[in-house]
Amino acid sequence: MEKSVTGLEDSQAAFRVRGLTKMYRSGDIDVPALRGIDLDICNGEVLVLLGPSGSGKSTFLNILGGLDRPSSGEVRFHDHDLLQMSERQLTRYRRDHVGFVFQFYNLISSLTARENVALVTEIAANPMTPEAALEMVGLKDRIDHFPAQLSGGEQQRVAIARAIAKRPEILLCDEPTGALDSQTGVVVLEAIEHVNTELKTTAVIITHNVAIAAMGSRVASFANGRIAGLSVNHCRRPAHELSW
Amino acid sequence: MSFPGEDMAVLNRKLTRDLWHVRGQALAIAAVIACGVAIVIMTYGAMTSLTKTRDAYYERYRFAQVFSHLRRAPLRLIREISAVPGVEKADARITHYAAIDLSGTGRPAAAYLVSLPDGNEPELNRIVLRAGRLPERDRNELVMSENMARALGYTPGQKLNVLLGGRKQLFTVSGIALSPEFVYVLAPGQLMPDDKAFGILWLRRSLMEAAYDMNGAFNDVSLTLSPGASEPQVRRRIDLLLARFGGTAAYGRDDQTSHAYISQELDQLRTIATVIPPIFLGVAAFLIHMVLSRLIETEREAIGLFKAFGYSNWEVASHYLKFSLLITAAGMLAGMIAGAWLGGWMTGLYQDYFRFPFLDYQPDFPVFAATLFISLAAAVAGTATAALAAARLEPAVAMRPPAPAVYRQSLIDRSKLMRRLSVPGQMIVRHLERWPMRALLTGSGIAMAVMLLVTLFFFFDAIDELVDSFYFRLNHQDAVIGLVEQRAERGRFEIARLPGARAVERSIEVPARISHGSLSQRIGITGLDQGTKFRTFQDANGHPLTLPQRGLLLSDKLANLLALKPGDKALTEVLEGDRRVTQVPVFAITTEHVGLAAYMDRASLAKLTGEPGAVTSFQVALDPNALPRFLAKLKEIPAVATVSTRAQSITALRETMAKSMTIVIDFYIGLGAIIAFGVVYNAARVSLSERGRELASLRVMGFTGVEVGYILIGELAVLVIAALPFGAVLGFGLAGVMSRAMETKLFRIPFIVEPSTYGVGMTIALLSASASALLVGFRISRLDLIAVLKTRE
Repeated sequence: MEKSVTGLEDSQAAFRVRGLTKMYRSGDIDVPALRGIDLDICNGEVLVLLGPSGSGKSTFLNILGGLDRPSSGEVRFHDHDLLQMSERQLTRYRRDHVGFVFQFYNLISSLTARENVALVTEIAANPMTPEAALEMVGLKDRIDHFPAQLSGGEQQRVAIARAIAKRPEILLCDEPTGALDSQTGVVVLEAIEHVNTELKTTAVIITHNVAIAAMGSRVASFANGRIAGLSVNHCRRPAHELSW
Repeated sequence: MSFPGEDMAVLNRKLTRDLWHVRGQALAIAAVIACGVAIVIMTYGAMTSLTKTRDAYYERYRFAQVFSHLRRAPLRLIREISAVPGVEKADARITHYAAIDLSGTGRPAAAYLVSLPDGNEPELNRIVLRAGRLPERDRNELVMSENMARALGYTPGQKLNVLLGGRKQLFTVSGIALSPEFVYVLAPGQLMPDDKAFGILWLRRSLMEAAYDMNGAFNDVSLTLSPGASEPQVRRRIDLLLARFGGTAAYGRDDQTSHAYISQELDQLRTIATVIPPIFLGVAAFLIHMVLSRLIETEREAIGLFKAFGYSNWEVASHYLKFSLLITAAGMLAGMIAGAWLGGWMTGLYQDYFRFPFLDYQPDFPVFAATLFISLAAAVAGTATAALAAARLEPAVAMRPPAPAVYRQSLIDRSKLMRRLSVPGQMIVRHLERWPMRALLTGSGIAMAVMLLVTLFFFFDAIDELVDSFYFRLNHQDAVIGLVEQRAERGRFEIARLPGARAVERSIEVPARISHGSLSQRIGITGLDQGTKFRTFQDANGHPLTLPQRGLLLSDKLANLLALKPGDKALTEVLEGDRRVTQVPVFAITTEHVGLAAYMDRASLAKLTGEPGAVTSFQVALDPNALPRFLAKLKEIPAVATVSTRAQSITALRETMAKSMTIVIDFYIGLGAIIAFGVVYNAARVSLSERGRELASLRVMGFTGVEVGYILIGELAVLVIAALPFGAVLGFGLAGVMSRAMETKLFRIPFIVEPSTYGVGMTIALLSASASALLVGFRISRLDLIAVLKTRE
């Protein structure tokens, strides 16, 4: 058996990534975004991806989420090979297994908080109720508000509630606190943490912010399309202790 | 206006790139503008050209302005006629109806014989030789009207028999000609031209004199008026002069059949050209507004930057104004080129239809100018609010991203219906609710397309109804036989003995002038036998009326023109014989769509004319299997001038109506479809660009392309479906307006819209809308999920 690249013992991999590369074509030249990633992501862990802009972490996250296709390599989600999936199967995969949270919350402005979440629960196989999802992120009393009536942090928490309401196995967060101040950011991270412990959801969080890395079970540092370092966090700090 | 050259160069580059970016929408808008412009230029160009051509034709070939028929007068009277003040030139002719025998056709035919002066050309109503030459003097030669020659395939050198003064004579066709007097050639009592059975033949005067005992005499006079002369006054003087020679009342061009038909056609063309193009320009203005407001919404940051750099409000506003003006200019240019070309093409079609010998086609420059002005005004109107909004944005505000659109709970949100909808369904309802104005405009655009289509298809319903009411519900005979001249009623037995004749009725048409106060109309009064089985009358509510023993039964249009109602007395002047003038009571008004008509009991009409027992036509019910034998036998009866069977008449009516109307209508139907397409396509594209982010979010969450498409297209579908019935109702209204506006003495367009017409109109709009939805659906399937989500709105 080949060597595990999780760095963690006794855990089953949710994702198994080998030799992953991604080229973008810009004019006449190929720009490499990923130059060969090998990584296993374990069930239930919180993996923080750190790195400067253009280091490839967003591309990596999008490939994990089935939004983008790699140029070569292997990405397995449990038994499924993401590379072999058709457009329709990828849609199915996103619908059933993946929750996304973005820096810009991407809420539907014409729907209330509850309805934004219901959007997902309506098409999911085994969802929680929108109310329960919003309660998990501490927004029970803002349930009938429209996005325009919510603060930035509240909007991001609705986005998290929307992402976790279907009880996804994977929660992919791209700079979830990037548009928020420290205090609000911490509340959002608490929500992610809560979901991870309550639902055993595997979370992958992209951030620029080194302080946030402290809440991860592992930290992968991206540089130049490669993983420059992978460290296991032996003393994780709870989100409410973080500040920046 | 002057701008710093460098800045504007950059702004202009931005402008061209922006235009390229929205090229699909720009193209759709330009297409709608082009359609509007092209229609105006085409129809007005065609109308102006046709009117000019007609006038030039009249002028060049000296078409007379006043006409009169009489029994017989000596030629020297023409000097007295010429001396009447206001008369410029007078020309005396001999004219006569005659049966003709066309070898190879199995049915009777007739011609209106018109004399040409021996040896030279007529002063007035000159003919245009299209082939061959004028007849030689003292030879059995004649010139045939081109309508008939074309229909029968006659060329110079061919022969035909003419029953000239009761004697069959063989003639050679020496030439084929057109005449401004006979652009439309109608046999007496006919509604539509039937060129195979009736035409004009020009013969030398000497032959006509001999045949009709008209040595040194004439029975037809035409004249032109000197500038400024009063036509009614001249007519009165002429009537006085001709009274003792059996003159029927003189009439002007308005009552001249051919001229009246052409004028009617041109009027109808003008009505269509006036009503329809504004709809296109209105829709174009709305499309420009829709696209530009959206563009400015996405350009907030750029606007903030321009302003931060020191661009003035006007420079910013004019940048966006230029955007719409460029699209408009492209549309106008395309519209002008297409319009000028199509105008030439359409004028050509009408030239062929009217058989004008030449064509004076010039695009109408005042119309060009007016159209340009109106389109630019539409573009500026469509742009103004959006461009001003851009100018008014404060730089700091502009550079901040817009707050999420504000939605609030409304009554609809609390309704049960809303709770039952899926979340995508709720998104559709909320979005419609949030932008009611836009929904209203999009819906109106669709409704206008449906309205246009329903109105256009209504014309086909109207023709069907016209045929059905006139040839089936009001008239029941299978054939009408017209006589060369008034005959004794005994002829009925002769007709009744013909093979296949099941029943025969007789009627007479007497030229008369009916007046009421200062109003008067020249018409033919039809005398029918009591108890006629072939003619039904009905009032406006469809209740049957009977032919009165005494008094007049007037068609509704005639009653309207003369402001007569039942019980009124009409001053009736018979225009032949001893021209008796009598007050005749109006008995009832009958609803008819064709012509102006007055009916009387034949016996009481005879009391007015003083010629009891006279008839001018027979109506026959026929065994359809015996028709060929019936016609062949009929041909042998010299008194018979024309015969028109129901089938032929319907075909002729449909051909004539269809030809002239479908030339434009088919065209407009295509344009209606373009409107529906343009509106839906633009609405969908604007919606897509506005909501791309939302829709991409849904895709990321695992919604399929179809599910996402449902939200966008579903909203449009709601609007389209809601707009369809409104469009149908508007179409009904516009059809009513058109049927009124296009009403003439010769025809009323019956106002009847069949259910299928709404169906067809709505289906075309729906298909057109679906086509544009498909195009947009294709774009949704290619949404770039990552790019959309990574960018700040």
